[in-house]
Amino acid sequence: MSLVLFWCFSLLMLVFGGAVIVNRNPVASALSLVVSFFGLACLFILLDAYFIGIIQVLVYAGAVMVLFLFIIMLLDLRREERRKINLISFAGGVSVALAFFAQLYLVIGHLGDARKSFPPLGSPHSDDVRNVGLLMFGNYNLPFQIIGVLVLVATIGVIVLSKRDLR
Amino acid sequence: MVTLGDYLFVSGLLFTIGFAGVLLRRNIIIIFMSLELMLNAANLSLVAFSRFRIQPDGLPNYHAQVFVFFIITVAAAEVAVGLAIIVALFRARRTINVEDITTLKF
Repeated sequence: MSLVLFWCFSLLMLVFGGAVIVNRNPVASALSLVVSFFGLACLFILLDAYFIGIIQVLVYAGAVMVLFLFIIMLLDLRREERRKINLISFAGGVSVALAFFAQLYLVIGHLGDARKSFPPLGSPHSDDVRNVGLLMFGNYNLPFQIIGVLVLVATIGVIVLSKRDLR
Repeated sequence: MVTLGDYLFVSGLLFTIGFAGVLLRRNIIIIFMSLELMLNAANLSLVAFSRFRIQPDGLPNYHAQVFVFFIITVAAAEVAVGLAIIVALFRARRTINVEDITTLKF
């Protein structure tokens, strides 16, 4: 059962991830990205990471994608015209990506744990959010505060960047 | 049964798709989306390892999930700043094609 679900959601994620880079229309790319992230959130939930799955849907499919679509529509991007593709650079890009994937595949093949399946959890109903929260506000309190400052800096930076006349 | 290698394989495939997008596309917004795909591929392998390394008390290793939470937060901040830069760039140059943005090219 979990095997079927795993391949369904991975296929959903990978097919729409491919559609992101194949589509010529930026709006279609952004909507494919939403579906791809949704498949990824389902994979997180299959891995019993409920909190991360929900955060993935809320932050990515909610906030980030709205931002992307808003910018695409603000810039009023049309379907981009076909340009002459530089064949050498295209072949170079494809071969670098394929070489990267081949290397990654070899590394995964040599990993001893890669053939083992996931061990069962101690109890089927773990209170996921509570455990993540305890760790985040306990062990990782300082990084959490720093992240807060980072988000504040990003907000101010965006406001400064989007002003018409920079002084 | 689903093995750890399956998840790492899918995560590597997603990373490769994002990598190919960064290398092949000329539209700067699509390049930005491909960067997001790569970040998410890394998140997937982190969560898979978190589920694989069961603690002695039978719980997943939550340190990895906290790390993923931080990555998602930083990525969201990065998207906001990056898109603001793209808007400023578009105002100055009226283009989002990376082949037309060659001021810094030697």
